[in-house]
Amino acid sequence: MTLARRIIPCLDTDGARVVKGIEFQKLRDAGDPAELAARYDREGADELVVLDIAASRDHRATFVETIRRVAEQLSLPLTAGGGIRGVEDGRAVLRAGADKLTINTAAVRRPALLAELSAEFGSQAVVLAIDAKRVGGGWEVFVRGGHEPTGLDALAWAQQGVASGAGEILLTSIDRDGTRKGFDCELTGTIARAVSVPVIASGGADSPEHFFEVFTVAAADAALAAGIFHEGKCSIPEVKRHLEERGVRVRLNP
Amino acid sequence: MTIAILDYGAGNVSSVERAFQRLGAPTRKACGPEDLEGASALVLPGVGHFGALSRALRERNLLPRLQAALERQVPFLGICLGMQALYEASVEAPGERGLGVFSGSVMPIPAGLKLPHMGWNQLRLVPGSQLFRGLPPQAYFYFAHSYAVLAPGQEAAAFCSYGTEFAAAVEQGVVFGVQFHPEKSGEAGAQVLRNFLECMP
Repeated sequence: MTLARRIIPCLDTDGARVVKGIEFQKLRDAGDPAELAARYDREGADELVVLDIAASRDHRATFVETIRRVAEQLSLPLTAGGGIRGVEDGRAVLRAGADKLTINTAAVRRPALLAELSAEFGSQAVVLAIDAKRVGGGWEVFVRGGHEPTGLDALAWAQQGVASGAGEILLTSIDRDGTRKGFDCELTGTIARAVSVPVIASGGADSPEHFFEVFTVAAADAALAAGIFHEGKCSIPEVKRHLEERGVRVRLNP
Repeated sequence: MTIAILDYGAGNVSSVERAFQRLGAPTRKACGPEDLEGASALVLPGVGHFGALSRALRERNLLPRLQAALERQVPFLGICLGMQALYEASVEAPGERGLGVFSGSVMPIPAGLKLPHMGWNQLRLVPGSQLFRGLPPQAYFYFAHSYAVLAPGQEAAAFCSYGTEFAAAVEQGVVFGVQFHPEKSGEAGAQVLRNFLECMP
């Protein structure tokens, strides 16, 4: 009996459709979120993350409806986020069928939000999303889709977030995101070894071997990817078989 | 036949509802005591804090009706915090009381590993349990919790190990509890729910 390492596909949406960003500017339609969710459920994903990357106030209802449609397809845990600024935003997303909320920019703007959400829904439902970029000898937190520097040190912010009530960290390397060079094992390892909650590594995955590296070299608890799964460059079963063959515990039976 | 799913305002009741509906079982959300009337089975889902659950059951006046149903042997399934609520108390919320069907207190998972215990884990099944009929011993189930029943009595139906062993499932007659989330555990979880449905008269 060992806790399995989790493989998590991520759906970036504009609220209603899955989009694929090329340097965050040119967004291209990549499918229907509910259809993709059903496919990943069948293929053996361990969880699903759905993000509203536009995160604007005026289409909250659309995103909540998307969560509802995705949740209908799933017999797996669902994490959703983008634009959650308060307890009532969070409640709407959870009531629509999500199990966990990811909080990013709003937590930097108002750190008390993490404590409010975990007091209301439990820390297991609160995921602190951190977008980090190498600056000098450490990593700096960026917000608003990786555009705005905050001056916060990623490691210190991760620790503060956990102390405030985050039950998990979704850690994206801005340097690796979209590069297909593999996860940032140095960043992931530094954070994963310093906090008491699970860490999901994100950014840069392009092959099954990249997942092996981030689980063994960097001690990630879970790993997230979008593009390689959507495009079918490699499948979740392929990644899991590779990990199993190399001795990493994964959930293979559906 | 209707399964009443207790909805006390926190967490994700709809996924439990959907999981039963996929198996063809009719459900209804139960927010107050009158909604429990005539239900052929009760399901208590649970996420969040033991104290919040305990208070919500009290404030919504669900506690006496729930206890009466348990005495009448109405099939009951507690999920995650809903399983913990079957015990007398929890270290998570000193002073708050659970349903007390089983004796003992819910304890924190001892420090040392990452918490919450979050993700997919395997079980050690106690032979003869009803909930796990037809399931292979290597099946995985989804957990998300930081507290657990570390020293269950005869009611233990399955154990899980994360630093230490704890009760992953309990059963006694038609009262069942699972620490994991069957509604989030793919086909293995669906089989557990199917087995629960089979216990209904």
